[in-house]
Amino acid sequence: MTTFVLINVTLLAILIATALTISGMRTLYAATMLTALFSLVTACLFVLLDAVDVAFTEAAVGVGISTVLLLGVLSLTRSREAVTPRLRRLPGAVVVLFTGGTLIYASQDLPEFGSPTTPVQTHPLTDVYLRQSQEDIGIPNTVTSVLASYRGLDTLGELVVVFTAGVAVLALLGPLMQPAEAREREVLDLVDYRVLRVVTGMLMPFILLFALYVLFHGDFGPGGGFQAGVIFASGFVLYGLVFGLDRAQQVLPRRVLWVLIAVGPVLYAGVGVANMLLGGAFLDYDTFAPDDAAAGQHIGILLVESAIGVTVAAVMTSIFFGFANRVESSR
Amino acid sequence: MIATHYVYWLLFALMMIGLYVVISHGNMLKKLIGLSLFQVGVFLFFISLGKVDGGSAPIVSEDVETYSHPLPQVLILTAIVVGVATLAVGLALAVRIFESYGTVEEDQVLLRDADDREQDGGAS
Repeated sequence: MTTFVLINVTLLAILIATALTISGMRTLYAATMLTALFSLVTACLFVLLDAVDVAFTEAAVGVGISTVLLLGVLSLTRSREAVTPRLRRLPGAVVVLFTGGTLIYASQDLPEFGSPTTPVQTHPLTDVYLRQSQEDIGIPNTVTSVLASYRGLDTLGELVVVFTAGVAVLALLGPLMQPAEAREREVLDLVDYRVLRVVTGMLMPFILLFALYVLFHGDFGPGGGFQAGVIFASGFVLYGLVFGLDRAQQVLPRRVLWVLIAVGPVLYAGVGVANMLLGGAFLDYDTFAPDDAAAGQHIGILLVESAIGVTVAAVMTSIFFGFANRVESSR
Repeated sequence: MIATHYVYWLLFALMMIGLYVVISHGNMLKKLIGLSLFQVGVFLFFISLGKVDGGSAPIVSEDVETYSHPLPQVLILTAIVVGVATLAVGLALAVRIFESYGTVEEDQVLLRDADDREQDGGAS
């Protein structure tokens, strides 16, 4: 128990120290690299708090994708922050002190950390998710069964948000730039480094295979559509970074990506509609196999997780392509 | 109180650092970084509410008795992916602002807008 507290406090102290350094830094490249460190420590904390699925996602998203995106934007804009005038800092400090004070005052009402008698733990829903789900759905990883089945409608909403964000980035960064124009330009210099080229070529199949493993193993261990999608995308981001955008887009043409972005929500909602046609409620997977509810749930969860994986991978890859296209055309 | 609430307080401190960066820094990219710091604070706060002492990850197996609650984890799992997607939208907006204003500092953008308005007023 004391070891737990010790590790917990140490990790949180590292997090706060990193955050303070980031806030004081004016060189944004360094700040971006520190945010990657910040995400890595956060992922460790998630593991400590028993949230392995979340840690998985944070490690893939925070350390991989968002760092690459920030670095891409920094190369498009200025990487040095102007000095903040002292007058500007005052209102921020006042608001922060007031809000922080209110939060700490309100925290007296919060239940004890880690206590088994908190409202979260004693709510009847806990028993449904942790015990009854084994008979209803029959999947050991309860995070997956809550995500894809019990709260399937919620997850559909989240997927639509990811879809909308992807479309918004494509609309803002003009994906319709002529491909011929981009082809005249030099490929990124990274391809000249033999080590990077060979290692990337060797890693690619394993990254994609790992993404598939994460997707299909999500029922039994940490993993699922969101994580798999991000890992898939990071494989293509690596390929695009090293071999240049043109080759990455030959492997994965933009038009195919645009179709894939839309495939996920359509497939997800289609599963729901199919359930309704089979005589059940929207996203009631039991109707897929009327005799064996658990088998129907398995089919439904697999379809839904694949839909999530396809859209998340396509959105993340095309966001990266969008930014990278700007970088190449602004040179 | 300290022994039972220290996690919450440290996480509040983290959130407040993020909020401070959002409010008091004028650089839009820095604001977005601050927003993600704040976001991580909220994520950790959510997850910490589902944690049980001596609990294990909510993957059911025969030799485990206590599990942490899966629901906060589900909510935060999707929120992380949505968070990076919205961060990308913010970054795309910053790129477009840089292309038309030549800066990502909020003060200078507002200054340019005020200048433009004055010129319009003078012309008409």
